[in-house]
Amino acid sequence: MKKILLIALLLNTVLFAKAQSVEDVIKKVKAKLDKVNDYEAIGKMKTNVVFIKAPIAKVKVYYKKPNKLRINNESGISFIPKGSVNINLNNLFVNTNGFDMIDMGKEAKTNLRIIKLLPKDENAEVVLSTLYIDESQSLIKKSKTTTKENGTYELEMSYGKYAEYGLADKVIFTFNTKDYKLPKGITFDYDDGSKKDQPTDKLKDKKGKVEISYSSYTINRGVPDSVFK
Amino acid sequence: MWKLLRIELFKIFKRPRTYIAFGAIAAVVLLFQIGMKFDGKTYLDLVLNNVSDSFEVTDEFKSKLLNGYFICFAILNILLIQMPLLVALIAGDSIAGEANMGTLRLSLTKPVSRTQYMLVKFMASIIYTLLLLIWLAILALFGSMFIFGTNSLVIFRSEVIEQMNSYDVLWRYVAAFGYAAVALTTVSALAFLLSVFAENSIGPIIATMSIVIVLTILSEFNIPLYDNTVKPYLFTTHMVAWKGFFYVQADADNKTIDGTIQNLPAILRSLGILVIYIVGFVGSAIWIFKKKDILT
Amino acid sequence: MMNAVILVKHLTKDFKEVKAVNDLSFTVEAGQVYGFLGQNGAGKSTTIRMLLTLIKPTSGDIEIFGLNLLKHRKEILRQVGAIIERPDLYKYLTALENLRIFGAMSGVKISEKKLMEELEMVGLATRAHSKVKTYSQGMKQRLGIAIALVHDPKLIILDEPTNGLDPQGIADIRNLILQLSRERNKTLLISSHLLSEMELIADSMIIIDKGKKVVEGKVNELFDPAETLVELKTMDDTATFEKLQQSGLQKLIRGKRNDCILLKLHRNEIPGVMKELVQMNIDVVSFHSRHSLEDYFLSLTTGHPHVEIITN
Repeated sequence: MKKILLIALLLNTVLFAKAQSVEDVIKKVKAKLDKVNDYEAIGKMKTNVVFIKAPIAKVKVYYKKPNKLRINNESGISFIPKGSVNINLNNLFVNTNGFDMIDMGKEAKTNLRIIKLLPKDENAEVVLSTLYIDESQSLIKKSKTTTKENGTYELEMSYGKYAEYGLADKVIFTFNTKDYKLPKGITFDYDDGSKKDQPTDKLKDKKGKVEISYSSYTINRGVPDSVFK
Repeated sequence: MWKLLRIELFKIFKRPRTYIAFGAIAAVVLLFQIGMKFDGKTYLDLVLNNVSDSFEVTDEFKSKLLNGYFICFAILNILLIQMPLLVALIAGDSIAGEANMGTLRLSLTKPVSRTQYMLVKFMASIIYTLLLLIWLAILALFGSMFIFGTNSLVIFRSEVIEQMNSYDVLWRYVAAFGYAAVALTTVSALAFLLSVFAENSIGPIIATMSIVIVLTILSEFNIPLYDNTVKPYLFTTHMVAWKGFFYVQADADNKTIDGTIQNLPAILRSLGILVIYIVGFVGSAIWIFKKKDILT
Repeated sequence: MMNAVILVKHLTKDFKEVKAVNDLSFTVEAGQVYGFLGQNGAGKSTTIRMLLTLIKPTSGDIEIFGLNLLKHRKEILRQVGAIIERPDLYKYLTALENLRIFGAMSGVKISEKKLMEELEMVGLATRAHSKVKTYSQGMKQRLGIAIALVHDPKLIILDEPTNGLDPQGIADIRNLILQLSRERNKTLLISSHLLSEMELIADSMIIIDKGKKVVEGKVNELFDPAETLVELKTMDDTATFEKLQQSGLQKLIRGKRNDCILLKLHRNEIPGVMKELVQMNIDVVSFHSRHSLEDYFLSLTTGHPHVEIITN
C-alpha cells in the first residue's frame, strides 16, 4: 500500500509536471499579459550605448493592445533603439500565425523553464524567441529574440508590484548596434590634442543597453491612439 | 585712457563699415534659421543616416533635436570660422586706416604716448569683437531658443554622440562665447599687428584673412607630417576649442555627468596658447609702432 | 627779453641712403613768426615731423620750451598745435566732431562753446555739422587750423598751410597767422616753399636745401630790399647773353634760362642798365624783377660768375 502510494505520488508529480506542458505555461503567461489592455507607465530610462553619452531620461511608456508601444522622453531627447516595442512582452505573441514551441527543459541554476518559440509564418520578422519563464508565477524573466533585420534582442525583467499583470518594474533591453562613424566634414569635432582614449575593443562591443525602471503603471484606463502617432 | 577709448569707439561706431559685420552676422544667422525651420530635417538626415539603423528616427525625434541649442551650436560651428574675417575688418583698419586717412600723424602729435594710443586702439577692437559676439549670442542663441525652443543638446561627433540635459547647456554657451571672444581677439591682434605696417586698410585685412585661411586649412586637414609638428602651435588649431565645452564626461555606463567637461585641461591649454599669441602680436605691434617713423 | 621756444642742435635724419636732414641747427624765439623755407624735398617736412615726434632723429637734440623733446614729450605736445602737410581729418565725421576729438586728445578740457568759437574764428560755424567730406580744400585747411588752435597752444607749427588754396584762401590764412602772432602772442613756425609769402608774415626765417641750412636770420636783414633779381627777355636771348658777357654788365649776370636771362642788381642801377642795353642795340621785350625762393638761392650762389643753363 505504502509502495502504491509512493508510486502514485511519484507518478502524480510526473503527471503534474507533464500537465505543465509548454502550451500551458505559455497560455498562463499569456493570460496574465492579456489582463492588460493598455497602460501608461512612468519611469526612468538609462541608455548605455558605447557611442552615446546620454543623461538619464524621465520617460512615459504607453502601451495599447495588441502591439502599440511608445516611449516618450518627457524631459529631453532619447535615442530609442529600434525594436524597443519588444519591451512589451505581448509583442512576443502577436504578428504571427502561431508558433512551434520547443521545450528546452529547465535552466539548472535558476530553475526557469526555457521555451523556444518559432513563428510559423515564414515572413515574420522574428525568427526565434527564447523565453525563460518562472513557472510558479507565470512570468517571463528573460527573453532572447532573433530577428531577420535587426539582430538579436535580449530582455531581462524583474517584477514587483505589478507582477499580477505581468508588468515588470525594471526592464533591461539589450540590442545590437551598428557602427557609428561620421565623416569629420559634417560633424562638430575638433581635435583637442588628447590621445584617442577609446580602446578599439570597446568599440567592437556592439551591444547597446536600455534600462527602464518603472515607478508606476496606470493600467486599463484607456490610452488615446493619438499618443502612438 | 577711458576718454581716449571713448573717442576711439565713437570713431568706430560712426563709420558705416562697422555695421557691415553686424549685418553680415544677422544675415547668416537668419538665413540659417530659416533654412533649418523649413528644411532642418533633411539636414539632420545627413547625420542621422548612420544611427537610423539602430534607433528610431521619427519626425518628432528630429524636431526635438532641432531645438534652439542645437541650431545655435550649428551656427557657431559655421560662423566662428567666418567671423575672424569680420573682426579683421576693424582691427586691420585700426592703424592702417588712420595712416591712410592721414589722421595718424595728427593724432600722434597729441600728448598721448604711442603705447597708450596702441592699447586704446586694441581695446577698442576687443570691444568691437565683444559686441559682435553679443550680437551673435542674441541672434543665434536667444533668437534660436525663441524660434525653436529648448531641449537637450545632442552633438554628433565623428565617433561619439554627446548628449546633455537642457538645463546643463546655457552655462556652456556662456563659456563658449567667452572662449570665442579670446579666439577672435587673437585674430584681431594679428590684424592689428599687420595694420602697423600698412598704409591702407585693405592690405592688413586681406593679409589677415589669408593667414587665417591658410592656417585653418593646415589645422583642419589631417596631414600626418603636420599633425604633431606644426599643428599644435598654430593659433587656428586652438580657436575651435570652444567646442570642448560641449563635450561631456560620462560614467562607466556612458551616462552623461551633468556640469562636466570632458577635457577641461585641453581647453585651458588652448586658451593659454591663444593668450600667448595675443600678447605676442600686440606686444610686437606696440614695439614696432613705437620705433616707427610716421611718414604718411 | 627773448627766449628760445624751439632750439634745434645738430639735427640729422638718415633714411637708409638719403640724408634727409643734415646737421641742422636753428632757434625760434618766443612770439616770432618763423619761416621755414626750402624747396620741395629740402627736408622741411622731415624736420617738422621730428619737432612733433613723428620721426625719430638719427642724431641731434631738440628742445622745446627749454625741455628735451623726447624726454618731456607729453608736456611739450600739450602746448603745441600743428598742421602737417594736408589737413587730413575724419571725413565721415562733422567739423565739430573732428574738432572735439582732437581737442579731447590734446589733454585739455574744452567746452562746446569754445569749440564753436573756434569754428567761428575760422569761418566754419555755419557748417559745423556738415561732414568733412563735403568740405572744400580751403575749408579743410581752416578746420585744420582750428584743430591746431583749439587747445590754445603756445607754439603753432604749420606745414605748408597755404598749399592748394586759392588767392583769397591764402590771404585769409596770412591774416590769421598775423592775428595769432600779434593779438594772441603765439609763436608760429611756418614752412613754405614760397618766399614771397614768408616775406610778408615772417619775422625770422631759415632756408634749407638738401637737409642743410643755407641761411638763417631776420627777414629784414636777409633781404636787402634794394637788391633785386631781374628777368630780362629780349628778341634773341642767346645773342644778348653773349653780348652781355663781353660788356661791363657781365658781373650782374646770374644765369640764363630758356626764356630769359637773370640779372642781379641794385635798384639804383636799373636806369643805367636800361640805357646801356639800348646803347648795345638789344631789343628788350620785358624787364621785371622776380622774387622767388629759387631766385633767392641763385642770388646766394655768388661764388659762381654765371650759370650756363638753369632749367626751370
